[in-house]
Amino acid sequence: MGGFPILSLMLLVPLAGAIACLFVGDRAARQIALGATLVDFVLGVLLWANFDIGGAQWQFTERADIFAGFTWALGIDGIALMLIMLSVFLMPVCIGASWNAITKRVGEYMAAFLFMEVLMIGTFAAQDLFLFYIFFEAGLIPMYLIIGIWGGDNRIYASYKFFLYTLLGSVLMLIAMFWMTDYAGTTDIPTLLQTDFPPEAQTWLWLAFFASFAVKMPMWPVHTWLPDAHVQAPTAGSVILAGVLLKLGGYGFIRFSLPMFPEASAQFAWLIFALSMVAVVVTSLIALIQHDMKKLIAYSSVAHMAIVTVGLFAFNVQGLEGAMIVMLSHGLVSGALFLCVGVIYDRLHTREIARYGGLSINMPRYAVLFLLFTMASIGLPGTSGFVGEFLSLAGIYQISSWVAFVCTTGIILGAAYMLWLYRRVAFGEQKNADAAAMPDLSGREIALLAPIAAVVLWMGVYPESFLAPMRSDIAALDARIARATPHSDAQLALSESGGDHDAAATEEHGLEGAH
Amino acid sequence: MDFASSLALIPDLLVLILGGLVLLLVAAWAGDKAASPISIAACVALGGAFFLVAPAVCAGLAGPETTGFSGLVRADAFAGLAKLMIYAASGAALVVAPSFFGRLGAMRAEYPILVMFAAAGMSIMVSAADLMTLYVGLELNSLSAYVLASMLRDDDRSAEAGLKYFVLGALASGILLFGMSLTYGFAGTTSFDGISAAYADGLPMGAVFGLIFVLAGLAFKISAVPFHMWTPDVYEGAPTPVTLFFASAPKVAAVALLSRVALEAFGGQVDAWRQVVIFAALASIVVGALGAIGQRNIKRLLAYSSINNVGFILIGLAAATTAGASAMMVYLAIYVAMTVGSFVAVLMLRDAEGKTVEDIASLAGLSTTKPALAWCLMIIMFSLAGIPPMFGFWGKFVVFQAAVEADLVALAAIGIAASVIGAFYYLKIVKVMFFDEPANVVTGEADKSHWALLAISTLAISPLGYLLNGWLGSLADGAAAALFLAS
Repeated sequence: MGGFPILSLMLLVPLAGAIACLFVGDRAARQIALGATLVDFVLGVLLWANFDIGGAQWQFTERADIFAGFTWALGIDGIALMLIMLSVFLMPVCIGASWNAITKRVGEYMAAFLFMEVLMIGTFAAQDLFLFYIFFEAGLIPMYLIIGIWGGDNRIYASYKFFLYTLLGSVLMLIAMFWMTDYAGTTDIPTLLQTDFPPEAQTWLWLAFFASFAVKMPMWPVHTWLPDAHVQAPTAGSVILAGVLLKLGGYGFIRFSLPMFPEASAQFAWLIFALSMVAVVVTSLIALIQHDMKKLIAYSSVAHMAIVTVGLFAFNVQGLEGAMIVMLSHGLVSGALFLCVGVIYDRLHTREIARYGGLSINMPRYAVLFLLFTMASIGLPGTSGFVGEFLSLAGIYQISSWVAFVCTTGIILGAAYMLWLYRRVAFGEQKNADAAAMPDLSGREIALLAPIAAVVLWMGVYPESFLAPMRSDIAALDARIARATPHSDAQLALSESGGDHDAAATEEHGLEGAH
Repeated sequence: MDFASSLALIPDLLVLILGGLVLLLVAAWAGDKAASPISIAACVALGGAFFLVAPAVCAGLAGPETTGFSGLVRADAFAGLAKLMIYAASGAALVVAPSFFGRLGAMRAEYPILVMFAAAGMSIMVSAADLMTLYVGLELNSLSAYVLASMLRDDDRSAEAGLKYFVLGALASGILLFGMSLTYGFAGTTSFDGISAAYADGLPMGAVFGLIFVLAGLAFKISAVPFHMWTPDVYEGAPTPVTLFFASAPKVAAVALLSRVALEAFGGQVDAWRQVVIFAALASIVVGALGAIGQRNIKRLLAYSSINNVGFILIGLAAATTAGASAMMVYLAIYVAMTVGSFVAVLMLRDAEGKTVEDIASLAGLSTTKPALAWCLMIIMFSLAGIPPMFGFWGKFVVFQAAVEADLVALAAIGIAASVIGAFYYLKIVKVMFFDEPANVVTGEADKSHWALLAISTLAISPLGYLLNGWLGSLADGAAAALFLAS
């Protein structure tokens, strides 16, 4: 506050670090990257500490007319604040995770990650439509390089697929943005949020934005780039991909699609619900049969993101809050799970589940932390996953009990594939000698995983800390979309079908867990 | 307007033509020994011409007082901005030439002089206000270009390129002349203003034929699909500095000329040519992108890339608005920077003997052997693909914005979706340079002048370019306003 351009500074620090990393040796590059991300994290904490909860909707606003056609306008609300916090929190962890794992072209690697951080913070903080697009789209370049240079065997295919899929999704959004700015006469996002676009145009605009966000999210059936990209990316790349990049899609829905096109959002809610229901069930089943740990977690990400989309399109406060918490929680938990995979991958250089077993004997500390994140992924009460999934499903239950029913099966399937994964990796007999000889977590690895574990528990036990900054923004969003809220099937369905009783029972069951 | 004040409108052209004639005499007596001082003198002349034009562009000159020679020439801000790009690109073509030709022992004194005459021809093209001026300028440029293409007399590919360019160029000129004669026959005049006035109430069928033939002839010159076939062969065969020249300056001139014909002479009959332009735009984007995918020679790939880029420029023309014309000029300026940068980079790819490497596979692992060059080339490739935050994105941005504002939403959506195909082959170059194991072919050192040019063009299209976009946009707006004031 006080006019100090803290958001620009948060962009400048990693940018300067990235450029410096390109010109120095390996050791210095690691230190510069860690330093820059830690400075950014401290700035993020300051940002949160100075954020006036219940104050103005847009805070820390900056504006500089240095470009033609768009403006350098930054500013955040509670939603953006939380996602920026997630980014700056995960970045030092990513740098730490790559400390020893990356040995070739370290300077370029660290520079790519720092560029990534600039672009992620910029995407969440942009208050100009085209500035948002530039940050949103530019993330493709560093991610392409990260997957392509430091990835696994099939990295070329994965990097192309990632790049072209997401590019095709985004360019149509650009055309929609041109139409919107032409209609509204401004590129300012807060003004556009108040603009009522004609409903018939909203349909097309919504579809164009959907094309971009659905790919980024990723929603079934355009999710296929994700498992490939995850499997081939280095550990830290997966963490950033799952932790923050997937949130761009959800952020896009909550920032653009819902408030700007409420009528179209209601009109297409059935599409979102249908795709999400398919995603929850299908990708969970696919996750069940994976042999590759990273692929399993990647498919579980698709399933979790489907819970986010149903929560968003529930058109009520619980759904929106739940969706946000699932995004934050999934960012932490799946990031941590990829780190857990990375820990044992660094030791044995394989992600085959069958090559491990009985790790709880020789790696007890690892087993404990892995168990915590497994449980958080399942949504055990007391962890962050529970809060988000429960709120989302409670939100959607008000709209459609069938959707709630189908999506809740995702929790059961989630428990199945995660617990089975954990059993095969951590329990059982030590059938592989090399796996049995692996040393337990090093100090560095504990230092990476422990903070995430702490936040996961914090978010699970006292989610109010995270919900409070977003509350007024979500209330404003709810008021904005209230006029288009679809009709609920609750009154009609109560006495009709058996499926609803099951759904209700599941909900009640979850509720008991909360007490 | 008397003759003296007409001449005062085109000081830059006088510098080029008179300078070219003087240097030609010098070359005739001094021979190839004088190639290098003549090159320097030609650069100075181009630089002088550049600074003689610059004030008119900055002031946004427009209106009747810019027309001279009884309505044959119009030296307004639109012509001025195009000339600035042409002179800058021609200068770049002169700077990179000595080291390339010098190694082959083929640096001839004619080269800088021909480039000067070609620049003069292009300068006439962009200031044409009459079909006759158009044709004189076009031929002066083309005849110089045919000779330039076959500059390496001992090289089969170069001779083939020159011959191909000449035969197909002559064919295009014939088609253009035929169209012009029909246009003249139905309008009764060759001046753009006269044509515009004669067709104010609609085009007779014969004039539609004339218009189509004129457009086809000009499409040859900008290498728009379906008249693009000569481009890859000529670009590949011509000496690389000449290819740099072909891909940048004549493209600017021909596009500016096409806009003049379409928006001034036929500005009242937009519907008559819009479908043609839309077809050429989309076809160029798609064919340029698909054709590039299988290429193994980087010059051929860049030739297809230029076809692809022309498609995007034509989308700005299809908008047929001031914003569209301004977007075209912005796109052209960025395109010239990208083209110069990419061909300079190609010239800098040398093997141990100093021979330029054109095979894409030889670029493998360039990022480890020559990191600075690889990073510059990567920025250029992402810029050509139009990925933000590179400045190449801005060119596509303004063009598509103009199309959407002109209610051509479907065209914009199809065009931008097709641009994703193009991204594929630019990514391929980045992949070869950054992901593959080093091939260790590119080991030679490059000239300082090349490095300087590469650095300038890379900086211009890096994200820093956005700092200039307000300035570039206002120049282009002034130019577009002048164009529409003239029509």
